[in-house]
Amino acid sequence: MTTTPSSRFGADERGWFGDFGGRFMPEALVSALDELTVAWQEAMADPTFVADFEKILREYAGIPSPLYHAERLSERVGARILLKREDLNHTGAHKIRNVLGQALLTKRMGKSRVIAETGAGQHGVASATAAAYFGLDCTVYMGSVDTKRQALNVARMHLLGAKVVAVDSGSATLKDAINEALRDWVASVDHTAYLFGTAAGPHPFPSMVREFCRGIGDEARAQCLEQYGVLPDAIAACVGGGSNAIGLFTAFLEDEDVDIYGFEAGGDGFETGRHAATIYAGDRGVLHGARTFVLQDEDGQTIESHSISAGLDYPGVGPQHSFLADIGRATYLPATDAEAMDAMALLARTEGIIPAVESAHALAGALKLAEERPGQTILVNLSGRGDKDMGTALEYFRLGQADAETGDPA
Amino acid sequence: MSVSTAFEKARVDGRAALVGYLPAGYPDVQGGIDGLLAMVEAGCDVIEIGLPYSDPVMDGPIIQAAAQQALERGVRTADVLRTVEAVAATGTPTLVMTYWNPVARYGVERFATDLANAGGAGLITPDITPDFAEDWIAAADAHDLDKVFLVSPSSTDARIAMTTAASRGFVYATGIMGVTGTAQATAAGVAPLIARTKATTDLPVGVGVGVSTGDQAAELATYADGVIVGSAFVRRLLDHPDDRAAGLRALTELTADLAAGVRRA
Repeated sequence: MTTTPSSRFGADERGWFGDFGGRFMPEALVSALDELTVAWQEAMADPTFVADFEKILREYAGIPSPLYHAERLSERVGARILLKREDLNHTGAHKIRNVLGQALLTKRMGKSRVIAETGAGQHGVASATAAAYFGLDCTVYMGSVDTKRQALNVARMHLLGAKVVAVDSGSATLKDAINEALRDWVASVDHTAYLFGTAAGPHPFPSMVREFCRGIGDEARAQCLEQYGVLPDAIAACVGGGSNAIGLFTAFLEDEDVDIYGFEAGGDGFETGRHAATIYAGDRGVLHGARTFVLQDEDGQTIESHSISAGLDYPGVGPQHSFLADIGRATYLPATDAEAMDAMALLARTEGIIPAVESAHALAGALKLAEERPGQTILVNLSGRGDKDMGTALEYFRLGQADAETGDPA
Repeated sequence: MSVSTAFEKARVDGRAALVGYLPAGYPDVQGGIDGLLAMVEAGCDVIEIGLPYSDPVMDGPIIQAAAQQALERGVRTADVLRTVEAVAATGTPTLVMTYWNPVARYGVERFATDLANAGGAGLITPDITPDFAEDWIAAADAHDLDKVFLVSPSSTDARIAMTTAASRGFVYATGIMGVTGTAQATAAGVAPLIARTKATTDLPVGVGVGVSTGDQAAELATYADGVIVGSAFVRRLLDHPDDRAAGLRALTELTADLAAGVRRA
């Protein structure tokens, strides 16, 4: 893990990435955020903390994940596709890096309880896992729409010993779960840490979550050089709040020859208005503590986002992504539900890997890049596995019926 | 009358000022105006009008419910300004309580201009602090509007001093660690924060969040210059969804109870 201070792409000491980020928060939480900032910076400067974090990632979470050349897929699309296999991590996604980092910090700060928000349930499961590992009380806020469509993940969290609170307010989805977690935190901040699930929110979360996730890119860059002797021509990740993407991008920001792409959820298509393409289609605003791009109406009311992927279904985005888009260092484009589901099926059939529907957006984007970049090397963050999405796939592809024909057609 | 004049007048009377809150647009725009006028009539010294917002992180379930229904019924920022105009016309100082994004979206300077033209006294801003409010502070100063920032039991002394230095009108001390309409504030709980705040400023200090009854108002008025009540008023309207006259009577009764409370201290 690298602990270099923020580069020209990072935040200043008040959390500003250019015009984005900052800390737009109730005064009640500011002292806790200041305390967290100091504790995090001290921890990152402490070799013992860094060594503990690396040991837990290695021995408990199965990290570093491999970088894998998807040869059959590459042949199919005419470019070299490399997959960073975060789907192989414990709990099935990159998110375990963030929660183990934040929970280790919680222990160090002497707090006994953690809270978290979750959309699809992946961050909730990861938080419940980290809480069990460290022996912390855990409460997860989840929109009541999501508790119904992700009942399996609710069961996982319960089995791991967490309390799951269904949130009925607002649109009863991820953004409202964040609101409710913040309301809990206002009342419990003396003994509770908020394990924020993505690289968004008030300072220091965008920077702290990035640093806990940046191993993705640090490892992938080194693996790419070691295994293939070159840097990739382009890298791609999906962007909801943007933790896996910023975790991948950070190591490559100074590599000017590496083109960086974030793929947002295009939902039913940009023209339908039913999407979660926040940078592509949103406007500057303030949501959940940061100035960033926001899907909002003329009066600044947040607009509900839409995506087949609950993990990308968020009307805001991490402020560093807004900044990278603004200065032109990274390009953010939408990938639709249909493109993502096609990519999911293609990867399953060519490589025997079922990706998370979130990660399938990154793959769908990479397939489009491959058309424009024949023969080039494109590194994709396969941020999670698709086990949790079998209900979605079942419905979308009308799976689960036994095949009508019998026997071997050959 | 300005907010500071209203607090001063209460002080001369030997009592705390009563600040009453309703969101604009609930049960509809005219219904909200009628409710606020009833509160003025029954004895609120200062009125606080909530701008309904989709993501109100400092509000508990009661205010959330009313704001959400107002939004579902189509309330717009322009309706909030219309509500301000109707209430401010009574001469009672009228503040807007708003989360930041609707103001940023409207345009900070444009919002300040239109608020001043509507007769509004200023803003209470629960999700920004002075260190991230440079543009609002500049616009408020240009239009002579009040800047009511919050201090909290968790605030450090240095942050309290920074906050009061940037405030005008009064300073809003949160009575509990929590959101509106949940736990009850107590004098013992809030007295240290009021003392720490008063040590940094001559501005009046109002206590809000966790205040709902006349007895509580009386207890808190011993320490604070003003008592701010929101959820309890909103509850009265939510309790009478189909009988507006009964809702208005309930607002009047609660105002009278609270107004007696701030005079009992």
